[in-house]
Amino acid sequence: MKRLVAVLLVLMAVVTTAFAAPVNIDFWHSMTGKNAEYVQIICDRFNASQKNYTVTPVFKGSYSDSMNAGIAAFRAKQPPAIVQVYEVGTATMMAAQGAVKPVYQLMKEAGQKFDPKIYIPTITSYYSTSKGEMLSLPFNSSTSVMYYNKDAFRKAGLDPEKPPVTWPQFFEMAKKLKASGMEGGFSTNWISWIQLENFAAWHNIPFGTKSNGFAGLDTELVFNSPLVVKHFETIYELSKDKVFIYGGRENKANPLFSSGQVGMHFESIGGYANFKNTCKFDFGVARLPYYEGAGLPQNSIIGGASLWVFNGRPKQEYKGVAEFFSFLSTPEIQALWHQNTGYLPITMAAYELTKSQGFYDKNPGPEVAIKQLLNKAPTANSMGIRFGNFNVIREIEDQTWEDILAGKISVKDGLDRMVREGNVKLREFERLYK
Amino acid sequence: MVQQYEFKAKYLPYILVLPQMVIVFIFFFWPSLQAIFQSFFLQDPFGGRMIFVGLENYTVLFTNPDSDYAESFRISVAFAVAVAALSMVIALFLATQANKKLRFSSFYKTMMIWPYAVATMVAGVLWLFMFNPNVGIIAWFLKHRFGIEWSHLLNANQAFWLLTFAASWKQISYNFVFFLAGLQSVPNDLVEAAAIDGAGPTRRFWTIIFPLLSPTTFYLLVMNLVYGFFETFPIIHQVTAGGPGKATSILVYKVWRDGVVNLDLGSSSAQSVILMVMVIALTVVQFRYIERRVHY
Repeated sequence: MKRLVAVLLVLMAVVTTAFAAPVNIDFWHSMTGKNAEYVQIICDRFNASQKNYTVTPVFKGSYSDSMNAGIAAFRAKQPPAIVQVYEVGTATMMAAQGAVKPVYQLMKEAGQKFDPKIYIPTITSYYSTSKGEMLSLPFNSSTSVMYYNKDAFRKAGLDPEKPPVTWPQFFEMAKKLKASGMEGGFSTNWISWIQLENFAAWHNIPFGTKSNGFAGLDTELVFNSPLVVKHFETIYELSKDKVFIYGGRENKANPLFSSGQVGMHFESIGGYANFKNTCKFDFGVARLPYYEGAGLPQNSIIGGASLWVFNGRPKQEYKGVAEFFSFLSTPEIQALWHQNTGYLPITMAAYELTKSQGFYDKNPGPEVAIKQLLNKAPTANSMGIRFGNFNVIREIEDQTWEDILAGKISVKDGLDRMVREGNVKLREFERLYK
Repeated sequence: MVQQYEFKAKYLPYILVLPQMVIVFIFFFWPSLQAIFQSFFLQDPFGGRMIFVGLENYTVLFTNPDSDYAESFRISVAFAVAVAALSMVIALFLATQANKKLRFSSFYKTMMIWPYAVATMVAGVLWLFMFNPNVGIIAWFLKHRFGIEWSHLLNANQAFWLLTFAASWKQISYNFVFFLAGLQSVPNDLVEAAAIDGAGPTRRFWTIIFPLLSPTTFYLLVMNLVYGFFETFPIIHQVTAGGPGKATSILVYKVWRDGVVNLDLGSSSAQSVILMVMVIALTVVQFRYIERRVHY
């Protein structure tokens, strides 16, 4: 009897090692709809491509939900291997030394071939140290562009193939669109991301000191500069005549454009597929306008999210994560993701591949965004933004912008308030992590 | 004569209340103690660093001119009172009407109770869509028929009233059920006797029915204030997200935003502690002073 048990045990041990179940890797994300479908497709492809690992995507709610879930899980010592974190959470994740495993280190430890040069610099710089070490893998990246209603342009007597290039041209056209009988001329989403952060990068002026926070925690906001004040004052004046219509925070202004109430609109290129579905008119995508100046425009910056790797998982999982990241960076997978979701490819090879497949002939919008990102090599003002408590800072900007539009505070005082209150939040962060 | 049963066994009663106590401890005392503890620290969300700051999380709320905590407090009170008053007055009126002999009265009553079955989040979405300044049907109607520019995205008063209506709409059903039950338990002979003595319907209502309803009214007052203060979170989250500016950022919403979205756990904990003290104080005041005047 005892013998039989022993034999069985040995047999079982042999069987389990031979047919060892693949190591499971949890991947927490916040993608919905079509984007979530493609997360699943990509994971399935990876799982089918090898036998050692299974990546399991788990939807964890909104960006702030999954970041919080990840943090809570880390505190409970049960973190997922991979968590998707939005760009405003970058500094918080970075500062959490010991909690995350930087990507460059992960790749080195796992012995994966890893060449940071294949990635598009404006995208990876957002998630790298000032020394160029990549901390998280960019996953869904976008940038802001201008959408315009070509039918409305025709009706207002404007050339639909000549969208405005500079802001003064833009404002003139917006007035004409309004005069042609539209509800308003233009609207914008994401006031901070588009009209402050991207505006500053595009004009090569600092949003904050210390290379927008890349070079140190003692960074300070400085975007209450004359050009921004002038820009916001113009928009505020136009809001009185309804040439500019405020549509709400985040991406809530989209219906204004898709229902044809305004002729021009600022939104992420990630919203391109959505507009293709909802707009019953012919629309175009153009670069962000700029105020003329030497060497301008610069390049725009990205938004979206990246993949962070938590510490505290068994060692064999990290090898799998490294393999998965290499797989994600292949041109085929990047092109698949880019062409189906509208997010930008993170490597030059994927961009070239998409181009050679003739994708941009039918979908010119996404290429405008890529070219805008690649317009120039990024400077200290256009690498990205790295602030602690950034979510609160954006909230302060949203709130104050609403107070400005409601006439409760002047444009100059409002911008000063954003900077003052935002700096308090930056000092809190510095105090915690110094 | 009240019958009382005495437990013979010494420990049995304690064992019987134990499950309840465990639940109260885990879901109330433990988190409360955690909140009190965390409110004295500045901490990193990952739990890696904690800096003891004493009462700073509290003092900042009251001394920093940019914190607007007092304003948030004022808005919360105004909102809770407005919701309680509006939903109770309308519900009482509808209940007295439904209490009459009507055709289709059960249909009518069912329709009145229906909104309560709608989840608060969904109710928020419904109102948001109707009043969306860009595409909402009521906003469009107000603008094109009455020339009223509806823009709760920028107009703080409109945002406040939109939330008040949305929150009250749901609560009317709840109040309606209780008022109707209360009305039906008013003895008919009292009302008839007053009628014979020559009291008109208005007089009968205010001198007989309303005082007899006071236990119901008191109960609903407490429930409605608590609802307005603490349970309207989903509606605010959906409809205004605290805006325009900070105009509808009530205390509960601010606690959630600062803690969960902005990851400022110290300040969020301090705010929770203040809320807890307020709730305890409110409850004591209500039961000590207001309940005495209620006729049971």
